Amino acid sequence: MKRGRKTNEANSSSSEDTTEKECKRHKVVEKKTAVVQSPDWANLLQDIILQVFQYLPLLDRAHASQVCRSWNQVFHMPDLWRCFEFELNQPATSNLRTTHPELIKQIIKRHSNHLQYVSFKVDSSKESAEAACDILSQLVNCSLKTLGLISTARPSFMDLPKSHFISALTVVFVNSKSLSSLKIDDTPVDDPSLKVLVANNSDTLKLLKMSSCPHVSPAGILCVADQCHGLRELALNYHLLSDELLLALSSEKHVRLEHLRIDVVSENPGQTQFHTIQKSSWDAFIKHSPKVNLVMYFFLYEEEFDPFFRYEIPVTHLYFGRSVSKDVLGRVGLTCPRLVELVVCANGLRPLDEELICIAERCKYLSAVGLGECEVSCSAFVEFVKMCGGRLSQLSIMEEVLIPDQKYSLEQIHWEVSKHLGRVWFPDMMPTW
Amino acid sequence: MLHRTIHLFRKELRLHDNPVLLAALQSSEALYPVYILDRAFLTSSMHIGALRWHFLLQSLEDLHKNLCQLGSCLLVIQGEYETVLRDHIQRWNITQVTLDAEMEPFYKEMEANIQRLGAELGFEVLSLVSHSLYDTQRILDINGGSPPLTYKRFLHILSLLGDPEVPVRNLTAEDFQRCSAPDADLAESYRVPLPEDLKISPENLSPWRGGETEGLQRLEQHLTDQGWVASFTKPRTIPNSLLPSTTGLSPYFSMGCLSVRTFFYRLSNIYAQAKHHSLPPVSLQGQLLWREFFYTVASATPNFTQMAGNPICLQICWYKDAERLHKWKMAQTGFPWIDAIMTQLRQEGWIHHLARHAVACFLTRGDLWISWEEGMKVFEELLLDADYSINAGNWMWLSASAFFHQYTRIFCPVRFGKRTDPQGNYIRKYLPILKNFPSKYIYEPWTASEEEQKQAGCIIDDADDPMEIKVKRDHSEENISKGKVARTTE
Repeated sequence: MKRGRKTNEANSSSSEDTTEKECKRHKVVEKKTAVVQSPDWANLLQDIILQVFQYLPLLDRAHASQVCRSWNQVFHMPDLWRCFEFELNQPATSNLRTTHPELIKQIIKRHSNHLQYVSFKVDSSKESAEAACDILSQLVNCSLKTLGLISTARPSFMDLPKSHFISALTVVFVNSKSLSSLKIDDTPVDDPSLKVLVANNSDTLKLLKMSSCPHVSPAGILCVADQCHGLRELALNYHLLSDELLLALSSEKHVRLEHLRIDVVSENPGQTQFHTIQKSSWDAFIKHSPKVNLVMYFFLYEEEFDPFFRYEIPVTHLYFGRSVSKDVLGRVGLTCPRLVELVVCANGLRPLDEELICIAERCKYLSAVGLGECEVSCSAFVEFVKMCGGRLSQLSIMEEVLIPDQKYSLEQIHWEVSKHLGRVWFPDMMPTW
Repeated sequence: MLHRTIHLFRKELRLHDNPVLLAALQSSEALYPVYILDRAFLTSSMHIGALRWHFLLQSLEDLHKNLCQLGSCLLVIQGEYETVLRDHIQRWNITQVTLDAEMEPFYKEMEANIQRLGAELGFEVLSLVSHSLYDTQRILDINGGSPPLTYKRFLHILSLLGDPEVPVRNLTAEDFQRCSAPDADLAESYRVPLPEDLKISPENLSPWRGGETEGLQRLEQHLTDQGWVASFTKPRTIPNSLLPSTTGLSPYFSMGCLSVRTFFYRLSNIYAQAKHHSLPPVSLQGQLLWREFFYTVASATPNFTQMAGNPICLQICWYKDAERLHKWKMAQTGFPWIDAIMTQLRQEGWIHHLARHAVACFLTRGDLWISWEEGMKVFEELLLDADYSINAGNWMWLSASAFFHQYTRIFCPVRFGKRTDPQGNYIRKYLPILKNFPSKYIYEPWTASEEEQKQAGCIIDDADDPMEIKVKRDHSEENISKGKVARTTE
């Protein structure tokens, strides 16, 4: 059992006499080697116990609470129940621990009105998602500030009947009234429930993460943007993005957005036609929030990139999770002047020399690059690094990306690159198995 | 005083560069070269499939032959090791037991037990390290007692250590003449068993034959390609490299038929002569150094071969899915690239390292999200070069459980194969049912029209595949973000 630090400061509250006596007794204990009387742990000031308890993990705290009535009282003080993470895992299919059902009962009974920062970590089974909803629907006396629903494996919330999930979530929306941060990625949340969220929390909502929520429509999210003027961070899928949304986020009443994450995902090749956003909408967006981080994750098949990178877009962090063509990367260089981070999972068998050089030339803020299954000639790569120089704080290139040529071999390249970066650099290595 | 010694072969099944055997010979008047085949001990410590048994028995047979040429022989004694030792210490009046020092927990425990036995029965125990280039303890010491967890750091530490231990001299017949060898009838009663004797299926399609002799021949073949060796880079995307290599050496290192130190110094000599000196990691020595890296980490990490209680391993919420695991193991995923690899693995006991990356990624964070421990067990059973440290270490690496890169990389089971072998010849060889498929479709046969499938003589049953396809599409994206979740919450 971990021991917390014991504070020696005598608190001004409570009887000074007892405190003095405590100190004296402790001094006596320290001086004598043979301890006659042990310190009276049961009479320690509750403020002190509280401070100690705050350092203890939950399980240790729970054990400590069984020691005596005073400690048990402290265990149940509101301060210790502001933050809680419910871990819901089925032992039959998961290796991780789960929050004890008895503890959950106790929390709901005695502490639901203390809870403010709550998250649910749920494994891939439907039962765990159901358990989470069950708890949510009992949080009637709660006024949550943050709520996070996190699927650690498969999106198990999506296995639930939609109405079941919605009604549980609505309990929180209606009762909380001062929600500031909400993470509901991979859930069956829908437009009406977002309306409820907005009706009760529009003044306080600052962060909303809802990637992969297929039941929400562009109108639903537009409602959020229209009403929640304090929204600073938003994550959603591309199908929810619209000109209206960008304009709503850029209205005068709206604060500056700090972080916008967009996932562009296609299920099957050719099935999704992606709509286009007008350049003017992006322009208005960036004018209103000039410092915003615009993060875009692309999980598309090569032939689906047609609507993208046709004009200047203020993206700062760009991740290509699947294969992306040389052609598209060429367009990226020409249309992403604010680019800070670029990660390419895979490309093809033709070298990306010109494309990288163009990116080095045009993306003056680029500081992080990751290349997976691509090919770049060593000379072009050295040129690229030379142009970017020391601003590349992150350069993760898989070893097999670099093709030796007339000028440079693989052994020489790490010296050259290190020279231009101003630090020792090696490509990322996969072990020879 | 000269000893009467039992030399226990465990993982150094060779005569060249065998420091502890040499020490045994130099300190003894009688030497009994023994391999204790403690089946219960072996099977409780690791999974061993039929091909691995074959390789082991072939290696023992070869060891016996080579010992005979020097005037001795190998005695293979079956039974529980402590009982065997007690019995024979007495029978042969043994005063010393020599054995190779190994870092796996089960071997360390065995050595500790033998030490105890030595104290009880009055014999000395001598062990020396020879399975790795360096004494890994020295690496740990320089790094402040803990193992370097990045390859770069590891190389840096090695640069401070200097060159590895030099191989010891070869044994000669004279060495054995001074020591009396076991009697002929002993050799007869303790001969190397055949697979059938151990009730192991004699069927063996693998082109790999065990033993020091074979290993040394391959080594020479490997090194005669000198020009190539000097400019060797880790295999890029050469189709031929997927096929069983005639100069591949990994199973011989793993079984100890070949000494890594010998190989290292032979390579160093070649480099010294060649014009363009390759630095690791891209040089051929890189293979040895990676091995050393994993040995070092494993030697200092408790519970290295599992997730629970393993301080360097990320605790990830893997799925338990026996059905999908079984399909992966039995080459029935429906992805030809993956299935061809798993077929070669089962039939031959060796697959190229890029192939290992592909199937390991597929099982874990790429597609099935099943624990790396399951994959590790399958590899342990089927791979001839399965090795405690290297197997677990690589599985953790490929499943992004440890040794992190900045960005998670996922190998697509279709695209990666296409890059490696665009014509699909590898698939045709190991999945003959697909051999008539045009290269365009062979990695994704479900994309061919029904007519084309008929022409190729193989209809893809939609009932089998869509689940797997959907698994792939759903999971890769999820897995990338899951990966992020797992990391940010630990």
